[in-house]
Amino acid sequence: MPGNRVFEVKALSRVEGEGALYIKLNGNQVKHVELNIYEPPRFFESFLRGREVREVPDITARICGICPVAYQMSSCHALEKALGIKVSPEIRALRRLLYCGEWIESHALHIYLLHAPDFLGYESGISMATDHKEIVEKGLRLKKIGNELLEVLGGRAIHPINVTVGGFYRAPNVRRLKALLPELKWGLQAAIETLDLVSQFSFPDLEIEYESVSLKHPREFPMNEGRIVTASGLDIAMEDYEQHFDERHMKQSTALHSVKLPEEESYLVGPLARLNLCFDQLSPKAKEHSDKCGIDWPSHNNFQSIVARAIELIDVYEEAISIVSKYNAELSQSRVQYTPTAGEGCHATEAPRGLLYHRYRIGDDGLIAEAKIVPPTSQNLGQIESDLRDFVPRIALLDDAEATHRCEHLIRNYDPCISCSTHFLKLTIDRGT
Amino acid sequence: MADKPKLAVFKFASCDGCQLSLLCAEDELLAIAEAVEIAYFLEARTAQIEGPYDVGLVEGSITTEHDAQRIQHIRKQCRYLVAIGACATSGGIQALRNWASVDEFIGQVYAHPEYISTLETSTPIAEHVAVDFELRGCPLSKSQLVDLVAALVHGRKPRVPSYSVCVECKRQGTVCVAVARGIACMGPVTQAGCGAICPAYCRECFGCYGPKEQPNLVSLAQHYAKGESDRDHLVHLARNFNGYAPDFRETSEALEGRVEVQKLK
Repeated sequence: MPGNRVFEVKALSRVEGEGALYIKLNGNQVKHVELNIYEPPRFFESFLRGREVREVPDITARICGICPVAYQMSSCHALEKALGIKVSPEIRALRRLLYCGEWIESHALHIYLLHAPDFLGYESGISMATDHKEIVEKGLRLKKIGNELLEVLGGRAIHPINVTVGGFYRAPNVRRLKALLPELKWGLQAAIETLDLVSQFSFPDLEIEYESVSLKHPREFPMNEGRIVTASGLDIAMEDYEQHFDERHMKQSTALHSVKLPEEESYLVGPLARLNLCFDQLSPKAKEHSDKCGIDWPSHNNFQSIVARAIELIDVYEEAISIVSKYNAELSQSRVQYTPTAGEGCHATEAPRGLLYHRYRIGDDGLIAEAKIVPPTSQNLGQIESDLRDFVPRIALLDDAEATHRCEHLIRNYDPCISCSTHFLKLTIDRGT
Repeated sequence: MADKPKLAVFKFASCDGCQLSLLCAEDELLAIAEAVEIAYFLEARTAQIEGPYDVGLVEGSITTEHDAQRIQHIRKQCRYLVAIGACATSGGIQALRNWASVDEFIGQVYAHPEYISTLETSTPIAEHVAVDFELRGCPLSKSQLVDLVAALVHGRKPRVPSYSVCVECKRQGTVCVAVARGIACMGPVTQAGCGAICPAYCRECFGCYGPKEQPNLVSLAQHYAKGESDRDHLVHLARNFNGYAPDFRETSEALEGRVEVQKLK
C-alpha cells in the first residue's frame, strides 16, 4: 500500500445524531484519529437554570429521542436526593419496569436495524429485510413491545409524560399492564432466539483490556441504583463520581470527552462493561443462556457488545414479566409530594448505552441553580478513538472503502448517541497522499 | 420501481426523536420502505441516493451558520419540504437561548468557548426557507407521520387537526384538570394530535403541539393568574418546547412585561 492514506466518513450512518470520522495513516502507522462531533450544541445545562424542579424530567427527556427515560431517571433520582425524598418500593419497581421498556426498545432497534446489518453484510435493516424478512420482523416486534410498555407506564414511548420527581403522575392501569404479559412472554423467547442468532456472528479480532465502568447492585442487574465500580477495582459511591472522572473539551468536538482520573485514561461504559462487571446479577434465564452462547465472560472484544445487548434483552424481558406479574393493584399514592427547597444532589443510572450522571443544585428560590449532565457517549468517545488506533493497522491492507466501512462498524459497537453527547461524531481516513 | 417517490430525512439541532418515530412505526416501516424509496436517511441506512427528492422531511432547528446554508441547499433538492416536530416548526426547547446570552451559555458548558461556533438564536425552518407542510409535536405523532407519507404517495392532503387538545379530552371523557383540579393547563390553546395524554394522566398539557389556530393564550393566562398560578410558573408553561412559536412567545413576554400587549391588563 502507498505511504500515506486518509479514511474519511463525512456523516456517520446508523448512529443517533451527527458525527464524522477522520483517520490519517502513514503505511500501517496511524498518525491521527479524530471523531468529530458536529452536532450543534443545545445548551441544556444552561437553560435548565431558573426552571422549576418539576419541569426538569420533562426537559432533560428532550436531550435524546431514543433514551429519554434514562434522562428522566437520572434527573428524578438526583433531584430526590437534593430534596431528601425517598420513594416507595412500589414506585421503585415501576421505575425499573419503565427502564426495562426503554432497554427493550433501544436494544432491539440497535441489534436488528443498526448493528446486525454490519455482520450480515447489508447497508441497513431495511435492505436486510429483502432477504431476511422474518428476522427484521422479529426485531420490530421485539422493539414494539418495549414501546408498548413505555406507553402504558409513561403515556407515550418517546418523551414519556408520566414521570415526575417523587414518582408518577398516575399509577399505571393494572388491566392494561397485565394485557402485555402474553407479548412479554413471546418477547422473552424471541430474545433468547436473538442471542442464538447474534452469538453465531463472526467477530473481528480486537482484544482490548478495557477499563469497564458501570453501576453495580448486589441483588439486581444495574439500572437505577448501585455503586460505581470499575474493572481495575474502583468501588465508589455515586457522590464521588466527579472526583474520579472528569471531562475534557477537545477542539474537534461539541461533545466533551470524559477521562478517568488520575491517569487521564479512556474507559468503557455500556452493555459489555455492565456484563463484564455484573454477570452474577443477571436474571436466571439470561445467565443460563449466556453461559452456553460460546463466549467466555468477561469479554474484551467490544464487537461482542451485540451479544451483551442480546443477553441484556433476555434479562429485561424476564424482569419485566416478573414486575408486571406482581403488580396487582394500583398504588394509593403514585408520587411523593414535596416543596422545592435549596439543596444539591447527584445520581447516575444505566442508560441503554451506559452510565448517565446528573448533578443539580436547587437555589433558595426553589429553582434550578446549576445542572451538570455527563452522557454515556461522552464517556465512550475517548475509548472509541483508542479502539480505532488499535484497529486501523489491522485493516490497513483493505481498500479505502472497505477499511472505512470496518471503522464505522467499530463505532457502531458503542451504539453512540450523538445528540445526547453534544456537549458529541465525523470519519475521514487520511492516508496523507 | 423507478416511479417510487424518493423520500429523504434531514436532521438539524434536535433529539432525533421525530425521525426515530419513522423507525418506531414497527407495523408500517417495511410497507413504507416498499411504497417509497428511502433515498437518504442517515439514522437508518448507509446507502445514500443523491437528490433531487420528492419529499424531504426536516427535523430540528437552525442554530449554526453552516446549518442556515445547508437548509437552503436542501430546499432546492426537495419538491415538497415538510418540517417535522417542534424544533423544526418552532425552534424547539433549544430556542430558550433566544431569551438569553448565548455567549454566557457557551461559557457555562464548554471549557474552550473559542471551539464552539453557534448562532445567537434557534429558529424554525420556515424562517429560512419556504416550507410546504408542518407536522407539529414534541415528539410528532407517529400516526400523523405515517398518514403524511401515505398522503404524499397518494397525492392527497395530509389530515392534521387544527382544533385544541380540549376536544380530544372531551372525546375521551377525560375530566378537565383545569376545571376540576385548578391546574393551569395549556390544553385550550394547544393544537391536538397527542391524544390528550397529559390530562388523562392527571397533569397539565404543556403545549407539545404548539399553538392552535387563534389561541388567545394571553386571555387564558390572565384567567389562570386569578387562581393559584403565579406569573413565573405561567411564563415557564408558555415557554418550553414551542416557546418561540409567535403566539406562545407573545404571551410569555407579555407576562414578563417585556412587551406591551393590548389584551393584557
